[in-house]
Amino acid sequence: MNKRSSWALPYFIFLLLFVALPLILVMVYAFQDGSGHFTLSNITKFFSDSDALGTFALSLEVAVENTLICILLGYPAAWVLANKEYNRSAVTIVLFILPMWINALMRTLATTELFNMLGVTLGKGTLLYGMVYDYLPFMIYPIYNVLNKMDKSYAEAAQDLGATPWKVFWKVVLPLSMPGVASGVLMVFMPTVSTFAISEFLTNNKIKLFGTIIQENINSSMWNYGAALSLMMLIIIGITTMFQGKDKEVEGGMV
Amino acid sequence: MSVTSENIISLNHVSKSYSGKKVLDDISFYVRKGEFVTLLGPSGCGKTTTLRLIAGFLSPDEGDILLDGKDISEIPPYRRPFNTVFQRYALFPHLDVYDNIAFGLKLQKLPSEEIDKRVRKVLKMVSMTDYEDRDVESLSGGQQQRVAIARALVNQPKILLLDEPLAALDLKMRKDMQIELKEMHRELGITFIYVTHDQEEALTLSDTIIVMNEGKIQQIGTPTDIYNEPKNSFVADFIGESNILNGKMIEDRKVEFVGHCFDCVDEGFGQNVDVDVVIRPEDIYIMNKLEGAQFSATVKSCTFKGVHYEMFVDTDKGYELMIQDYNAFEPGSTVGLLIRPSDIQVMKKERSCNSFEATVVDSTHVSFLSETFETEEQTRFPAGTKVLARVAFDKVDLTDHQEDGTIDGEVHFLLYKGDHYHLTVLTSEGEHIWVDTNDIWDKGDLVGVNIAKEDIHLCELQQ
Amino acid sequence: MMKKILAKCYIWILLILLYAPILFIAVFSFTESKVLGNWTGFSTQLYQNLFTGSMQGTGSLMRAVENTLLIALIAAGISTLLGTVAAIGIHNMRGRKRQVISFLNNIPMINPDIITGVSLFLLFVFLHISQGYVTVVLAHISFCTPYVVLSVLPKLTQMNPNIYEAALDLGATPGQALRKVLIPQLRPGMISGFVLAFTMSLDDFAVTFFTRGTVGLDTLSTYIYTDARKGGLTPEFRPLITIMFLCVLLLLLFINIRQFRAEKKQNLK
Repeated sequence: MNKRSSWALPYFIFLLLFVALPLILVMVYAFQDGSGHFTLSNITKFFSDSDALGTFALSLEVAVENTLICILLGYPAAWVLANKEYNRSAVTIVLFILPMWINALMRTLATTELFNMLGVTLGKGTLLYGMVYDYLPFMIYPIYNVLNKMDKSYAEAAQDLGATPWKVFWKVVLPLSMPGVASGVLMVFMPTVSTFAISEFLTNNKIKLFGTIIQENINSSMWNYGAALSLMMLIIIGITTMFQGKDKEVEGGMV
Repeated sequence: MSVTSENIISLNHVSKSYSGKKVLDDISFYVRKGEFVTLLGPSGCGKTTTLRLIAGFLSPDEGDILLDGKDISEIPPYRRPFNTVFQRYALFPHLDVYDNIAFGLKLQKLPSEEIDKRVRKVLKMVSMTDYEDRDVESLSGGQQQRVAIARALVNQPKILLLDEPLAALDLKMRKDMQIELKEMHRELGITFIYVTHDQEEALTLSDTIIVMNEGKIQQIGTPTDIYNEPKNSFVADFIGESNILNGKMIEDRKVEFVGHCFDCVDEGFGQNVDVDVVIRPEDIYIMNKLEGAQFSATVKSCTFKGVHYEMFVDTDKGYELMIQDYNAFEPGSTVGLLIRPSDIQVMKKERSCNSFEATVVDSTHVSFLSETFETEEQTRFPAGTKVLARVAFDKVDLTDHQEDGTIDGEVHFLLYKGDHYHLTVLTSEGEHIWVDTNDIWDKGDLVGVNIAKEDIHLCELQQ
Repeated sequence: MMKKILAKCYIWILLILLYAPILFIAVFSFTESKVLGNWTGFSTQLYQNLFTGSMQGTGSLMRAVENTLLIALIAAGISTLLGTVAAIGIHNMRGRKRQVISFLNNIPMINPDIITGVSLFLLFVFLHISQGYVTVVLAHISFCTPYVVLSVLPKLTQMNPNIYEAALDLGATPGQALRKVLIPQLRPGMISGFVLAFTMSLDDFAVTFFTRGTVGLDTLSTYIYTDARKGGLTPEFRPLITIMFLCVLLLLLFINIRQFRAEKKQNLK
């Protein structure tokens, strides 16, 4: 039976070649100059480039804001959806998951068009609105999943021990649902911090996010600087993932 | 019954390890054609591993498995003429009842009329005639069990292997299925090898029982033999209820336990030898008067068990005994007790003292069980000498918290010996420590183990 | 009661906001106006334009749609094969090895698209592989396969571990046991893995953008990106978005409702 473990070998080699090696290359390129010599200049360039630093900070700010808004809007929605008293229909849940499967660019363009028609000036406000709109389902779904699978007897036990409905929520339901919030944060924060095309459309190129700068550098053949910027992004991602700890298992059953 | 004298399968000195841990240690036994053999033991004793070796899902590290005298160790499971009834049935969920049963026959490419005939016949045998189109997941546990048996039997195996087939059923269902299995065995004349941890099931069904514990065979015998003459305290405790007590063989046919001297029928142990004594609770005569009794006791509790009463008594010398009798005796009353010589089962003690292979560290330290212990100062053994460290059972100290002990372990097995408990503690390194204690522990308790320096006795390691 | 109405209202307001842009596009796909929000009467002209190609640049738009579907199909197919075999292997792995491969498997799912895109771009540059169709497909396989692995693995864990042995016991060779017992058991996981991989691939913009090279290969996403940057949405995108939305809606409703029914049936038992 144990020979079966070798079946993973082709995929393992594939992963090494197409996942591990590329990430290593990002690091290698980040520390090389155009002619392949070791250098720290790409990194120092980033830290002395006020434009890049500002964009970096703005990206983080937008991502944090977006994540917070998504939690504030998404948690109550997930809670209502998971509550049998309020919602019995599977269709409502599917309606919330559905936008996750439609091309984000298309949805963003549709939003932009709507703003244009309503005469709203494109800027940071519309950027945040569009981001929330794009990523809210990714927050609702994992929280809903955890709440829905939660054993109802925890809440009942708390009530039995004298907790009011509010106390039950704060002391039992909310702490137990944190893994869902955590994976929601992962699914919202990561893409927002790295987004590029979406921000261009939503602000009519007025606001540049970090992703756009990476893309511009790569497209104008500044690979090494682009790699260094990507490395900065990777570090942010790494830190966020570490916060998630063991809860980062992304659910496979979204369909 | 058609048990012949001809061996169908035999295991010779079979051993098997998983990641360094020996799960089967030099197992040898044979099964005769047509026999109903049960492998009996607690979980983790190696019984399922033995069955899987026979089925061919595992191959032995050492030893060989002979079928009709030919070694089959290297033959893959799909070429062995055995079929298995799995613990959780392992029916194929994507096939209906009929296709599950026909699976093996279709692989043999039998003509479809033949398949049809055989499937229907076996369905009839397990009383599932009208179920052939049913989805297996819609069946009850008992019905799935029948399908699993049918699926195995339809291939007409030389041996039917059953891995705790009744474990998932409720009590009533289990009793009914036991009777049916016994019937099937009688009718078909196929050899059955049956694995269970339920001693009652084993006693009811088997021609021969093989009792196993910790990868070793403890005893092989007929149900009557095993019940009446357990070879050691493990078997005595595992099969039925029993009083297991420390005793001393004074001389042939004379044994002392619970503070009294009794006549018995055992000989050949020598004089003044420590032994284990087993008395079945139904073999103790209990009466209101003291004349004619061998010793007296006070009744502590009396519980009605349906057919008999189960009583716990404190003897005059302070031992606790379990007694089963058809008459009830009031708690608090004084009773007389009598044990007949032939009902006293005397067994050789398997061990009298913990002894560990140890290395002397310095004049006041010694290391064993991968830890270092303090000893009383000695100059007999220089540092680095390999010695034997002996610790009496009652000198091992257990604590509630693992971190308070020099070694941590888990209570693995416990035996009540009338006035104290005899525990087997399994250390995290997989070693055994035996402990006599008056404290009450449960199986699975995590404990810390301490040994005082004056209780470690070093002696020469005998080669 | 009050609470219930509030809760329902909240849900519906969110849903309306979520769907407003798409519905708005869908409504205006039935009028000819070049500018959105300007209703010039009902017309299916845009749909006709889209399908007959009587608009500027439609040829390459249809080519982009074709590319998108074909790439998604190939990538999802290969991912399903690779991922299923890998899942069987991983299921039989223990300890450190399993941790390493699970960790690697998680990376593409956690990594932002842009990093995946940039890193693969650098890989192809480093290996001097000219970028085009093949590199896009390879890149898609690399971020799709983890989803297949994660869809198939639970099916393996749920499976009675004795099932494979039972097949051997009844005389099936390992190959037969795989075909007749294991694969049928894994099929639901493989199907949902395939669907996930397919949608992931359809959806992708960033990875394609960085790995398509300069041979003029366009998928729908990159086409839209270029087109929109040239100045606004071409009116013919409205019917296209509407059609795609409807397809996804129907597909997902179908799959999910069937799954919920199955779960309910399971719970009733």
